[in-house]
Amino acid sequence: MSGDVAIRAQELTRTFGSFTAVDHITLDVQVGEIFGFLGANGAGKTTAMRMFIGLLAPSSGMATVAGYDVYTQSEAIKRSIGYMSQRFSLYEDLTIRENIRLYGGIYGLPDRDIRARSEQILARLGMEQSADLQVRAIPLGWRQKLSFSVALLHRPRIIFLDEPTGGVDPITRRQFWELIYQAAADGTTVLVTTHYMDEAEYCDRISIMVAGRIGAMGTPAELKRQFDADSMDEVFVRLARPTTGAGAA
Amino acid sequence: MTDAVVVQGLTKRFGETVAVRDVSLTVRSGELFGFIGADGSGKTTLFRVLATLLLPDAGSAQVLGHDVVKELWALRPRLGYMPGKFSLYPDLSVEENLRFFASVFGTSIEREYAQIEPIYVQLEPFKARRAGALSGGMKQKLALCCALVHRPGILFLDEPTTGVDAVSRREFWELLARFKAGGLTIIVSTPYMDEATRCDRVALMQHGRILAIDTPDAITRSFDRPLLAVRPGERYRTLLAIREYPHTHTIYPFGEVLHYTDRRTDLPVQSLQHQLTDYLASRGLPALSAAAIPATIEDSFMAYLGAEETNAA
Repeated sequence: MSGDVAIRAQELTRTFGSFTAVDHITLDVQVGEIFGFLGANGAGKTTAMRMFIGLLAPSSGMATVAGYDVYTQSEAIKRSIGYMSQRFSLYEDLTIRENIRLYGGIYGLPDRDIRARSEQILARLGMEQSADLQVRAIPLGWRQKLSFSVALLHRPRIIFLDEPTGGVDPITRRQFWELIYQAAADGTTVLVTTHYMDEAEYCDRISIMVAGRIGAMGTPAELKRQFDADSMDEVFVRLARPTTGAGAA
Repeated sequence: MTDAVVVQGLTKRFGETVAVRDVSLTVRSGELFGFIGADGSGKTTLFRVLATLLLPDAGSAQVLGHDVVKELWALRPRLGYMPGKFSLYPDLSVEENLRFFASVFGTSIEREYAQIEPIYVQLEPFKARRAGALSGGMKQKLALCCALVHRPGILFLDEPTTGVDAVSRREFWELLARFKAGGLTIIVSTPYMDEATRCDRVALMQHGRILAIDTPDAITRSFDRPLLAVRPGERYRTLLAIREYPHTHTIYPFGEVLHYTDRRTDLPVQSLQHQLTDYLASRGLPALSAAAIPATIEDSFMAYLGAEETNAA
């Protein structure tokens, strides 16, 4: 499947009144790629993502997601994607197993599939012994891994992760990235939005949005070379604020 | 030099949960001291006890020579505390918030101007804006300014840079360095490993306990094995292959590379490199390089976390 395009945007634009939130962005994300979609708060990444997932119509330009047109086929897009956010919560007063079953039902999976996939998820995450614990009782790192697995329950072709790994210890965070690698190795395309620059280093390729445009795009190594920087943090600082000075609001 | 904070055997429970477990430490006057740990590691609870907002269940703590339980009224006017959650009045303007906090402590912006100037000049262009309408980075600067306006003898900052973009984080730390240079003791907590190196000393926390406490340099030097940065051709398959390699002690993804340590402690690093690259080549996954590198704070933290789990098991 390599060489196939999972997400394509050409001159994609969204305005709100006189404000241009997303300004003629063009990018291709390949099938099976882990793509980091970065930018400061207010740079336009949330607006762009809302267009990709079929929640917001573009003002102009074109985009396809999993081969479907964002203008006319948003329902088909929604069925082809998974979505996980730090804020997207599992139901805290349901157990681990009940959460999986609930989302399986929402995605319209047959009971037999839900049962089989529940067991797979529990085994993969090592949560068999804890399956009947309420989600409120499990650590944050477990919740993140469970949210991710639930977002993959209906086998979407593309998964969108919105700041997925904040607040956990460095080992737990790496376990989460291994789940992402595994999904990508299975052919799922992963788009991660984050403003944590160290997360960017885990992506195959990244784009950095600045004021509605794509300010830079490439592999982390390419961008570090291009900006003569040791870390993505440094790349971001040079891109977002070429001349250092007092902060703007 | 006197100690700004002395904590002995401090424990705080919430029902069954032990949030802070028998913690002891000392922070010297004028230090920039960092608590590094994940959500739930006990940082916020410890801060609240030190800021006289929670009572400890056991142990004791003195801040600026005052006991946090018995002498809280003497201590409070001398504390600056910036909570992790934005806690200013969103409907008041920048200037109104600042005037309010100054007046609560019986002072004024004008009287304290010398103290807050480095930060106030950055806020001044937005002084009429409602605090709720500020960007994340500016909110944090305003909160810092409000915590400083009564000229405290010590500053507690609970995750001041969480959720703030890279540029604003950097500016925030530059401000802290200026206040430290003025002699202020600053205690800060953060989940960002890279910020540890900005501190004079750090405490690594997990599950309510301190795993290590030292200068960032000493903590990275305590990493006691050769560390290899493997640049893989195919990252995920290489990771899985190294996990099956019998000599692997630890293997972690680390951005574009994989960080590897070997079980054997009696071999020169060159042999470890050669054997690992030979093994990967034999698996059909040649590495582009496997360089010996110095450990970072994050490597050290993971080594402590790993040891913790081994001991607990």
